[in-house]
This record gives sequence, structure tokens and C-alpha cells, in this order.
Amino acid sequence: MKPISAALCLVVAGAVAALGGPARAQQTVKIGSVLSVSGPASFLGDPEDKTLRMYVDKINAAGGVAGNKIELVIYDDGGDANKARTFATRLIEDDKVVAMIGGSTTGTTMAMLPVFEGAEVPFISLGGAIEIIDPVSKYVFKTPHTDKMACEKIFEDLKQRALTKIALIAGTDGFGSSMRVQCTLAAPKYGIQIVTEETYGPRDSDMTAQLTKIKNTAGVQAVVNTGFGQGPAIVTRNYAQLGMGAVPLYQSHGVASKSFIELAGPAADGVRLPAAALLVADKLPDNDPQKKIVVDYKATYEATAKQPVSTFGGHAYDGLYILVDAIKRANSTDPKKIRDEIEKTKGFVGTGGIVNMSPTDHLGLDLSAFRMLEIKGGDWILMAPKS
Amino acid sequence: MSEFVQFLMSGLTVGAVYALVALGFTLVYTASDVVNFAQGEFVMLGGMVTVFMAALGVPLPVAALIAVAAAVCVGLLLYWLAIAPSRGASPVTLIIITIGASILLRGAAQVLFDKQFHKLPSFSGDVPVNLLGAAVQPQSFWVIGGTALIVLLLYLFMERTVLGKALRATAANRLAARLVGINTTTVMTLAFGGSAAIGAIGGILVTPITLTSYDVGTLLALKGFAAAMLGGMGNPLGAVMGGILLGLLESFGAGYLSSTYKDGIAFVVILVVLVAMPQGLFGRRSVERV
Repeated sequence: MKPISAALCLVVAGAVAALGGPARAQQTVKIGSVLSVSGPASFLGDPEDKTLRMYVDKINAAGGVAGNKIELVIYDDGGDANKARTFATRLIEDDKVVAMIGGSTTGTTMAMLPVFEGAEVPFISLGGAIEIIDPVSKYVFKTPHTDKMACEKIFEDLKQRALTKIALIAGTDGFGSSMRVQCTLAAPKYGIQIVTEETYGPRDSDMTAQLTKIKNTAGVQAVVNTGFGQGPAIVTRNYAQLGMGAVPLYQSHGVASKSFIELAGPAADGVRLPAAALLVADKLPDNDPQKKIVVDYKATYEATAKQPVSTFGGHAYDGLYILVDAIKRANSTDPKKIRDEIEKTKGFVGTGGIVNMSPTDHLGLDLSAFRMLEIKGGDWILMAPKS
Repeated sequence: MSEFVQFLMSGLTVGAVYALVALGFTLVYTASDVVNFAQGEFVMLGGMVTVFMAALGVPLPVAALIAVAAAVCVGLLLYWLAIAPSRGASPVTLIIITIGASILLRGAAQVLFDKQFHKLPSFSGDVPVNLLGAAVQPQSFWVIGGTALIVLLLYLFMERTVLGKALRATAANRLAARLVGINTTTVMTLAFGGSAAIGAIGGILVTPITLTSYDVGTLLALKGFAAAMLGGMGNPLGAVMGGILLGLLESFGAGYLSSTYKDGIAFVVILVVLVAMPQGLFGRRSVERV
């Protein structure tokens, strides 16, 4: 029996190879993605997922990349780092992807990082924190601005306005606490003094106690809130409730979405934050190098997804096009060659800013990628730098 | 002084919501010995259904009524489909069933509604009221007043109506209650429906302040359960006092000590109380009379 079944296997294998061979000739390039489409980070993963699908279809309709159609494999980790790691292994071992975009959060990214670094497959993360690219891992890149940059941008603005004594209020979630640390580290460089510090839980429903303490601290010239989700919306509302409007409130780029304005309501008026150009696409001056790209992306996303654009989907857009450009330049689907080309990305204009990567900088954005915005009458306006 | 009043009002508002959740726990627990961990989901349903009904153009009061009715239906279905068929199972089994139900409800809400945060307009505007130097949202008065009204109505129901007395009798001794002709099934149905209604009302009252999303129930169930334990499981007065105490502990802890450790402070106090008085502040001593 054994020899017969073995022979049968051979025949089947041969048939598969014979059939599979020609199919291979019509090449596809497999790109993997693990996103938090559901779960607590779904507000990140959902627009990222939509953006990737939308633009991969577009690229394929236009003939693909370097003659190859893109095949996109997306897994939903539900915001769970353990699941993300399992999917990462599956992408490498079963799907044999040539590159990966994703990891919606810093947590899922850090869990998947060793898998891709070990398999030597390029990995463009959509997670926020600076730990992803500092220290630099050879195969790991990211597109979103870091929390450190947000702190620096805010402090730059504060310094210009001669507001040097600030109160820091931070969410205790991963994003909020990481940014709190970065802000504390960056403050002395800008001559900013943090007079008092408060925290709140990501699920807290009332922050008046913390804000009352800040209100009663003498000499506070501005308040900086690091956090995302619904926490900052409640902080903003409590801030207005306590009548603290005379002291400017700075928020992080984590609240850069229309839903923040909706949730915070009229209380959001006067809130200042650093954000990508995408949010104010229509208001950019025509000579802005990012104008065309952000207006196009906004229009495409809103027409297809039927929901307001968010910067998070924009990060996925940037990741996809950085990768596609690299594949084109490499003219190969060898992950190692693609990695080398991603690292050589120069002058790439994306929704997040102008990307110039280098062997020591796997993000490639500088502070000009952020614009200081202020919320006025339920909309974003560009803040004119104070001269 | 103004600082103190600010912390006090903040604590009372948050505490009132914990109290309503704790009250829901207590109602079901007294009638059926089940700790219903889906209690937080009723709060979520109250807020979410109102938000989505209001978005469809339904006037707010009607939307709120629909939300309460929807939550009561879910509460009754939970009893009829999950709890009643497994009657006689150990309390641990029943608790696990309710945890399963809460996961199911959360998942269903995620699919049926969405994953975003939502808010409701405040019932009487957003202009803060100045109370002894503290700025208080008008909605806080709705939350505190609404809770007080529910507690009062529940008290009158338990003390003055036959059905309420039947509920207390069932709580005291189920077998004896059945022997004197009380339909304990009706009583339990009532407890599940009632606790769902209380949770939903809490959810509607608090959504203008705290916002809502499909997963707000988890934390509220945890805090409400802690409040019920603090006050003494099975005692309605204890549940209310426990909830308000927990809210005040958090608010004063954040205000006067450290906002980072405010949850820690609250839970340390609860632990100390429970070590000293295992029945909770107002709990009955569980003495078996022979």
C-alpha cells in the first residue's frame, strides 16, 4: 500500500506543480496586515482597514505594482497583542507575505516586532509610540507621528507665546502615560516648567476633582492633556464647566478626529492641538506641498467609506504608498531588497507629512509634519504662528 | 470650601450611578441569590438605545422610554432564556451564565450599534450652576435627583405593596414564601425586569455627563458590585450608601490625595471595611436560626 500512496502523492504533487506553475507566472505580490478592526482600538483599525482595501483595489485596477497585482491579507487582532503575534506568525509562515503594514497600536506592534525582525520581512507599523523605532530595528518602520514630536510641537508653540508654567494632566492608558513621560523629558529643552501633574483613568467619567486642583495651583499658564479616546472629551467639558477657559488647554494629536468635537460640544472651542495636515485639508494654502495628496485622500475616503476622514486611515495610506514605491524601485518582491528601498525613501509626500527616512530614522518626519490647530465654532482652524 | 463642594458634587454624581448599579445587583440577589454581572450592560443599553432612537428623530423623552422598555425586555429574556431553565444550578454556575450574557450583550451592541462614543444633550442645558463657589453641571442634579426618586419609589414599593412584600418574603425564605402561596417565579421575573429598568434609567441620566459606548457596562458592573459588597450584599439601603460612599472616596481621593491612586484608595477602604465587617456596612448577619 505504502509505495502506491507515495506514488499517488507524487502524481498529485506533480499535477499541482504543473497547474500551479503557469499560475505563478501571472505574479501577485502578497502584502500582509494585522489591524485592530474590532475591539477597543477599532477607531484606529477600522479606517486603516478601509483605507488599505480601498487603495489596493485602486492600485490593482491601474495594473498593480511593477506588473504584479497586490494580494492583501488582513487579520483582525481585536486589539489583543497575543492574537496579533499569532497572526504575525501566520502571515510569515503560511501566507509568506513580502511585507507587512499594520499593528494599529503600539502594544500589538511591539508583540509582532520580533516575528518580522526574525523573519527579515519589512514591517511598517501604524502604532504611535516612539519605542517602535527607537532603538532602530532593521526591518521595522512606522508612519504615525510620535508622542515625543507632539510634545515638542506643543512646547514650541507655548515657548513662542511665552507660556512657560504648565499643568500636565494625563490619561493612565498606554498612549497617555507614554506621552506624559515624553513631555516630561522634553519640557526642560524648551524652558517649560511643569508646575503640577494629575492623571485620570481611561474609563473615568468625571475629572473635575483633578481639574479643580489644577485650577487652584498658582501660576499655571497653560494646561496640557495627554490622552485619547473619550477621556480628553470629558476633560474638555469639565474644563469649561469649571470656567477655566482663560487658561489655554492643549490636547494631543490623539483627539484629532471630528468625533472629539462632537463629544466635547461647545466646550471644545479654544482647544489647541498638534495634528496632521489631513484634518485641515481644505484650509491649507494652495502652495502647501501636502495639499493635493490630503485633499485627494480625504475625498476618496469620504466618498467610499461614507464617514469623516481621520488621520489614522491616513497613516495606513502613507504606509501602503511608501511600500508600493519601494517595491517599484526595488523592481523585485524580495523582502530584503524592499526593506533597503523603504529605508531610502526620500521626499515622500504623505498625509502625515514629508517622509525622509535614513538608517537611523525609520519614521522620517520632522516637526513640520504637525500643524498647530485650534477648534473654533465646531471646526479646526490653522493657528497662525505668533510672531 | 468651594473646593470641598466641588469634590462633593463630583463624588455624589458618580456615586449615584454606582448606587443605581448596586441597587440592580441587590434586587436580583435578594430575589434569586444570583449575582447578575450583566447589570452593567443594562446601563449601556439605556444610554445607547436612547442615543440611537434620538438619532432617528424620536423626541428624547420617548427615546428614553423606549430604551427602558428595551432594557426590561432584555432583562426578562435573560431570566426566561438563561436563568430560569438552569434553576437549581449552583450560584457559581448562574454567575458564569450572567457573565456570558454580558459578553453576548456587549458583542450584540457592538454589531447592532457601533463602536464609537456617543453623547446625549444635557436635559437642562450646559450652563454650570454656581453652588457655594463650585461649578456644577445641571445634569448632576438630574442624576442625583433621579437616583433619590428611584430609591424612594423602590422603598415605597417594597414596604407598601403586596408585590413588594412578596419580594421581601421571597428574599427572606424562598421555601416559606412558596408555602404561603407566593408565586416566586413572578417575583424573580419582577426582580430581573426591575433591575434592568433601574440600570437603564441610570444609563440615560448619566450619558450626557459621561458619554456612552458599547463597552461602558464592564467597569460600571465592577464598581457597582464593589459598592454592593461595601454596603452589604442584599440590602437596598446598603447598596445606595455603598455606591455614594465609593463615588465620594474616588472624588476626595483624587482631589485631596492623588489622582493616580484614586481607585486604589477606594478599594483599600473597601478591603478594610470588609475585613472588619465581612457582611458589609449594612449587611445582615447570616445567622441560621434553628
